[in-house]
Amino acid sequence: MTADLIAMVLLLAVTAYACAGGTDYGAGFWDLTAGGTERGRRPRWLIDRAMAPVWEVNNVWLIFVLVIMWTGFPVLFETVFSAMWLPLALAVVGMVLRGAGFALRKPTQRLAGRRLYGAVFAVASLLTPFFLGAAVGGVASERVAPGTELSADVWTGATSLVFGLVAVAVTAFLGAVFLIGDARRFDAPDLVGYFRRRALSSLAVLTVLAVVTGWVTHEDAPYIWHGLTRGLGLFFVLVAGVAAVATAWLLLRSPGTWARVTAVAVVASAVIAWGMAQRPYLLPTSLTVADAAGASGTLTWLAVVTLVALVVVVPAVVLLYWLDSRGELEELTDSELRRPGRAAGDGAAPDG
Amino acid sequence: MPTSLHLLADAPAQLLPARELMAFTLASHIILVPLGVAFPFITLVMHYRGLRRKDATALLLARRWSAVMAVQFALGIVTGTVLSFEFGLLWPGLMGRWGDVFGVGFGVEAWAFFLEAVLIAIYLYGWRRLKPRTHFLLALPLPFAALLGAFGILAANSWMNTPQGFSLDSEGNPVDVNVWKAIFTPMFGPQYWHFVMAMVLTAGFMVAGVYAVGWLRGRRDHYHRLGFAVPFTIAAIAAPVQFVLGDSIARSVFHKQPVKFAAMEIVWKTDTRVPEYLFGRLHENGTVSGGIKIPLLDSFLAGFSANTEVRGLTSVPADQRPTAVQATIAHWAFDIMVLIGSALLLLALWYGFIRLRHRRLPASRWFYRAAACAGVASVVAVECGWIATEVGRQPWIVYQNMRVAEAVTSTRSTTLWIMLGVVMVVYVFLFGSFLVVLLKMRTRWRLADAQQTPSGSPMPEADIPYGPRGSLPADDVPTAGPGAGRAGGEGP
Repeated sequence: MTADLIAMVLLLAVTAYACAGGTDYGAGFWDLTAGGTERGRRPRWLIDRAMAPVWEVNNVWLIFVLVIMWTGFPVLFETVFSAMWLPLALAVVGMVLRGAGFALRKPTQRLAGRRLYGAVFAVASLLTPFFLGAAVGGVASERVAPGTELSADVWTGATSLVFGLVAVAVTAFLGAVFLIGDARRFDAPDLVGYFRRRALSSLAVLTVLAVVTGWVTHEDAPYIWHGLTRGLGLFFVLVAGVAAVATAWLLLRSPGTWARVTAVAVVASAVIAWGMAQRPYLLPTSLTVADAAGASGTLTWLAVVTLVALVVVVPAVVLLYWLDSRGELEELTDSELRRPGRAAGDGAAPDG
Repeated sequence: MPTSLHLLADAPAQLLPARELMAFTLASHIILVPLGVAFPFITLVMHYRGLRRKDATALLLARRWSAVMAVQFALGIVTGTVLSFEFGLLWPGLMGRWGDVFGVGFGVEAWAFFLEAVLIAIYLYGWRRLKPRTHFLLALPLPFAALLGAFGILAANSWMNTPQGFSLDSEGNPVDVNVWKAIFTPMFGPQYWHFVMAMVLTAGFMVAGVYAVGWLRGRRDHYHRLGFAVPFTIAAIAAPVQFVLGDSIARSVFHKQPVKFAAMEIVWKTDTRVPEYLFGRLHENGTVSGGIKIPLLDSFLAGFSANTEVRGLTSVPADQRPTAVQATIAHWAFDIMVLIGSALLLLALWYGFIRLRHRRLPASRWFYRAAACAGVASVVAVECGWIATEVGRQPWIVYQNMRVAEAVTSTRSTTLWIMLGVVMVVYVFLFGSFLVVLLKMRTRWRLADAQQTPSGSPMPEADIPYGPRGSLPADDVPTAGPGAGRAGGEGP
């Protein structure tokens, strides 16, 4: 009972990470593809500006996912990290480079330095979601069971490949949709059109990939295929489809806040559909939620902790996103870091 | 000797690289932790002073510190994420078997950290547009979120030192988990307060050290005095408290983890009237070479009487205690930590004496030389404290319940060595860049100050923090040629 609840929390945390983190990685994707220094100046300026206040929070969701995994389902955590060692190790290296590249790019002023950090950030933004997607694909295609050792074929199957690509496409899609809103917010009308075109094309790519995914899972991941074509799994697939159509329509008309909502709905329903299709397994056909569940006392406390987190963190996160979308959050400019004109110091010695 | 060779031969090949990787990433992360936990607090104190006394210099310092915090916090998140991945990548056995016993602490940590990330984002980016009061009030919960985050991590670590809150079934798996007991283990209290004080102390000395260097180079204006005095005062208050806490945690270790205590003090045989060694090296046959021997002191420190019996390493079989080399490492780490702590206490007393007696900052160059080194020294002390507690627990990852060798991943050792190499390169790049960025910021600010002071020209209104809440200036959008600088816009 509690185990099912915690499994649901885990799925929702994964969904939140896919949406929040996805948007973030997507910004990196468009940074990578923005072109040369001159051509990509404005998109990069917008990306930097839009991401800065929220990127850390976007990425903290992942820590949540990991903690729920090892506290609620220790066996799952052990198995996944043993079998998926390499993709996860590569993903974490990517995360380090990405975070560092982004954090260090902003205070760096020399062009060469900015280019280096920017490139590191952008490439890592592409690779990290791919490897995470590949790991999920390995789980979905029944290649991981308790005791599975690390080997290449665990995460290089067809499903892994497709899931990796889908993950990248999802980030690109979310990133572009969110950047449209940011472009409007920062009064850059040229970038609205720029990212609208990119949002539409990545949605098209995503649609093609969705069809391919269906075909590949039919062959390679029968259990998931079965789950996706009936019951709650099918329901969420349909919701994702409707949301995708709605997003396309909104993007073609007048992309506003609603496009963001529908875009998040596409990704969230897709992730939830995957979770529903896996029921009752955490690792399809080898490890069920009940088998993997940790001690019941712990699960109860984990539920309590999650509840407290909801009560405390959600208002804070909402406040952050609200302040951010109203444009209340802004970076300090260099001149604010200068001394005020009328020297406040008693100036025993001039500074410098 | 033969036993330890036998043990080494038994250890799986991946143990060494896994251990090195964990040690390296954790040691690097620890450098950022004091800043993450206590820097927001110090900045808020400065911020409060600025608001309260309408001191523009204090507000400027708080703003500049928050700019540093932005970079440092991001790196902390990144290196922290690495650690949580490493639990799975390196120690799947630990998490697989014990995750549900001691994991709830991490759960608390995760949401505390979440809260901290949110609040820090609001604080860092709220300078321009939020009302001063709102801005300050929204940041007030930050130190508490930091304390809560530390709570989770320390609960997990102290559980590894003194595990409880479960019983074992016939197969040796934990059952009947009592979460409450697993969080509040005997070592939790001492470890937690010792850690929190260490963070406050270290962050204070680190920040003050920067301005101590400025003082030594002749920059003695209000700005530098303030930048030095506020963090140094905080650290100086923490130093004596830490000394008492440190003494008390040593005694807790003596009572709750006697084998670790024996390693930290290189005590070989259980005995009374045990001497204290300052440094020195323990050999496999129980002899100690080098070091300074002080008769009776160890017994006296442990129980306030020379007749206190101190358990030695030989009180447990050789495969259940640290090797002689490990004991020596823990012992040196412990001694270095205590020496640094004592030196910092003296420095704090010096400062306190002059502040209280003469109502001014110390004037001696030697004081500022020492203060400039205090930051680095306290980071060394933090690292040593961590080494002492981790190495002193060997060969256990969960004391008396799981060996490090049982927890390690089965990934090939070659892969792990490669990973270690990659991570080392990446981290050197990371921390090197961090340092370069900090130095660049400093240079830029100094240049800006130098230009600003003579001209004394007032700044455009939009650039004054807490200024009018109008729209963004149009020239904020970069349109100039290459090299014109960063996005986000420059002042004139």
